[in-house]
Amino acid sequence: MTQSPGALSLLTWTLSIMLAILPSQLHAQPRTSEFTLANGLQVVVIPDHRAPVVTHMVWYKVGAADEPKGVSGIAHFLEHLMFKSTDKIPPGEFSKIVARLGGQDNAFTGHDVTSYFQRIAKERLGTVMEMEADRMVNLRLTEKEVTTERDVILEERRSRIENNPAAVMDEQMNATLYYSHPYGIPVIGWEHEMAKLSREDALTFYKHYYAPNNAVLVVAGDVTTDEVRALAEKTYGLIPANPAVDKARNRPSDPPQRAARRVEYSDPRAGNASFHRDYVVPSYLTAKPGEAEALDLMMKIVGDGATSRIYKRIVVDQKLASSAGGVYSGSGLDYGTISLYAVSADGADLLPKIEAEIDKVLEEVRDGGVTDAELKRARSSYIADYIYENDDQASLARRYGWGLALGRTVAQIEGWPEALGKVTADDIKRVAGTYLELRRSVTGYLTPSDGDAHAEQPAPKNRT
Amino acid sequence: MDLLRRSIHRVLRFDMTMSLAVLTLALCLTLSRSAHAMQIQDVTSPGGIKAWLVEAHENPLLALKFSFEGGNSQDPEGKEGVSNFLSAMLDEGAGDITSSDFQEQMESLAMRMRYEDSRDAFYGNFETLTENRDESVKLLKLALTKPRFDQDAVERIRGQLLANLVYSDRDPEKVAAKEWFSVAFAGHSYGRPSQGTAATVKAVTRDDLEAYRKRNFARDTLKVVAVGDITPEQLGKLLDEVFGELPEKSDLSPVAQTTPVKGSQEKWITMDVPQSVAVFGLPAMARKDPDFMAAFVLNQLVGGGGFASRLMDEVREKRGLAYSVYSYLQPFKHTSIFSGGVATRADAITQSLDLIRKELQQVADQGPTPEEWENAKKYLIGSYALRFDTNAKIASQLLGLMEDDFGPDYIDKRNSMIEALTLDDAKRVAKRLLATDNLIVTIVGQPATATADKKG
Repeated sequence: MTQSPGALSLLTWTLSIMLAILPSQLHAQPRTSEFTLANGLQVVVIPDHRAPVVTHMVWYKVGAADEPKGVSGIAHFLEHLMFKSTDKIPPGEFSKIVARLGGQDNAFTGHDVTSYFQRIAKERLGTVMEMEADRMVNLRLTEKEVTTERDVILEERRSRIENNPAAVMDEQMNATLYYSHPYGIPVIGWEHEMAKLSREDALTFYKHYYAPNNAVLVVAGDVTTDEVRALAEKTYGLIPANPAVDKARNRPSDPPQRAARRVEYSDPRAGNASFHRDYVVPSYLTAKPGEAEALDLMMKIVGDGATSRIYKRIVVDQKLASSAGGVYSGSGLDYGTISLYAVSADGADLLPKIEAEIDKVLEEVRDGGVTDAELKRARSSYIADYIYENDDQASLARRYGWGLALGRTVAQIEGWPEALGKVTADDIKRVAGTYLELRRSVTGYLTPSDGDAHAEQPAPKNRT
Repeated sequence: MDLLRRSIHRVLRFDMTMSLAVLTLALCLTLSRSAHAMQIQDVTSPGGIKAWLVEAHENPLLALKFSFEGGNSQDPEGKEGVSNFLSAMLDEGAGDITSSDFQEQMESLAMRMRYEDSRDAFYGNFETLTENRDESVKLLKLALTKPRFDQDAVERIRGQLLANLVYSDRDPEKVAAKEWFSVAFAGHSYGRPSQGTAATVKAVTRDDLEAYRKRNFARDTLKVVAVGDITPEQLGKLLDEVFGELPEKSDLSPVAQTTPVKGSQEKWITMDVPQSVAVFGLPAMARKDPDFMAAFVLNQLVGGGGFASRLMDEVREKRGLAYSVYSYLQPFKHTSIFSGGVATRADAITQSLDLIRKELQQVADQGPTPEEWENAKKYLIGSYALRFDTNAKIASQLLGLMEDDFGPDYIDKRNSMIEALTLDDAKRVAKRLLATDNLIVTIVGQPATATADKKG
């Protein structure tokens, strides 16, 4: 590949200005404030006065990984059922009331957290806080609501997982990656267990985990801390703490990962053959200081986008794959993961070759580390993402809510850009050596099976 | 994995036109509350290029969104997918800078640049940090005016596009939507696959990409919105630098006005999937039709309003037949449709579609209830400000307005337009919009008769 002198000088120049901009970017933090109510509810306020709207989120420190054995999916099922009724809210009215007020609402469930949110005009903040506080402890459920909604989550599972071979593969690999820890169980649940979820399962889970002392309230937008404090005292502040909530979140932990595992899955709808690899590594919550940041930067360099080592090697130079990449997910409470993938450019036969080449790329990082130029680029790219995110109050609310719900502090969350700045090329080499070990991993081949799913048999019939 | 209670990818189901169109409408609904905080300036560059600007200096960021008229309706016969191909080629090297250097420079500058094609337009999205603005703008200009289309990069991207086609041919939602357009707009460019087929993508050459760029990237159809940390003077200079060298006039093939084919149709495509997916649609009023706003409110209460809509209530909340059921109103440049979809197990798809038909016809015959109507209006008016809380969202909203040929003042009129709509308007327009005589449905899955005994 040739490069003109002009391009080279431009490149040099851009690298030098990146050095110049880092310090000023670090100042670009939203001004947050934080307090805790007497009942233990943590509150974070992120003022943003550009538009007269607010994002109101409640994060519960409970997720699918806290489910009792055999009732997988109950955390997510309960999240659906939270929209049913209370003494004050008639059945099915929660979202309709929010909509009448000109607001939008939704909720989501992960392995570690469950979150409910509304986006609405600031004048309505008090109303949605009242509604959210109400359903924190006053949920009512009928048998009929529960059985109907159970059909909905089964349909959701069909949409998300069953209709999508890549999602089935992902589920199989996760189940193989963890020996005992519940991250191996899908958030939505296993179908046979979902089909048996009951009203009692939901209420038991609800009564144990939904309490102010097990939640974080985040309000971002056109508000002041004093306004939020006053409203929070009047709403959430009236709910007593639940002393039975176990702060420790005791989950089964995994024994040491000692053997590399392999998963092969064939499906007529799989499309092109693809390679997958997941490693269990520490998360931001469990890593030694600096290690999670190093893993993050390493994977940016190794696997993120067209500038990454994997893409350049496998897709651009060797043309083995049509796309390829990898990512570090460090937001888990108990473990993080590194995931790699590549879509074969020419059928399943290429997968072993792709695997070997990706292993070579990883070995080079283990042996030789990364260059300073790569590290600088990765760092400034992440810091820029952080700045871009400041434009969006909903993203900010997620950033703080997620972090705090996992037990991180505001200082840790806001210290992330600075912590990235401390990572050296040596740190990356070290975490590569420690964590990119096959014994920690599952390797997967997803291949199309015979019998094309796309056999079209149009049978039009006209309706009059 | 996070699971959302409600699936939220709805507005991006087809392409960007739709999200822009849909958001535009909401924007139309008035911004009186935030309008005072958001001042839209008309900027004309020294070289005569016009743009709208919203200055916002709180964050050191600039979002620039722009469009050229045409989109994939301009793909030549036999080369369907060329505009989509082009949208993936513009960060693959330009001027003297080859692909990976270009990508590395973009990353070093932390600039974001991506392109999208829709049925009617080709969109550019550009974001930069203030401190890197001048350097980022140079790359943006190069991408638009001197893309390299090196053979190696062309073949690599072609491989990715072909792989995407393999996946979308096996994705029941995508197959159902593609089939719907093919049935509804047979013989019109809207009926063609917007991303092409394997054969047409294979047929696209470097010259085709360059020819498309030359015919479509021109100043006469260019629309630009800037939001963020920039002054009008700085923006004027930026506009001339980025767009000043583009040809003055585009060279577009004419596209005829059209409507979905008349008559009710139901087309099945057999695919071995655990869950069947259906897409349905009707002709709708054009964006400039006086009844369009009433239709927009009707869509909200029929299927556009999530849990506050009839289809969700009947299909999901009351019966648990589906996770996802929805509708939307989508005005294209040369037609307009009311469309929607549902996904459910094979033995429930017919029941779900019957319910949907019944509800559409019921609203057509009797109109919405006064309560439904007022609630939908309240939501649309009240939620308007939510569309303007980030620079990037403001830019999208304003570009949508520009594309529909409205002035910035339209924002302030919108609230009262919705407010003024009456239940009589609702009844009259519902008759026109929702009668199911012309309902076209495409269904992908296993016919219910064959699978009634094996659920999921």
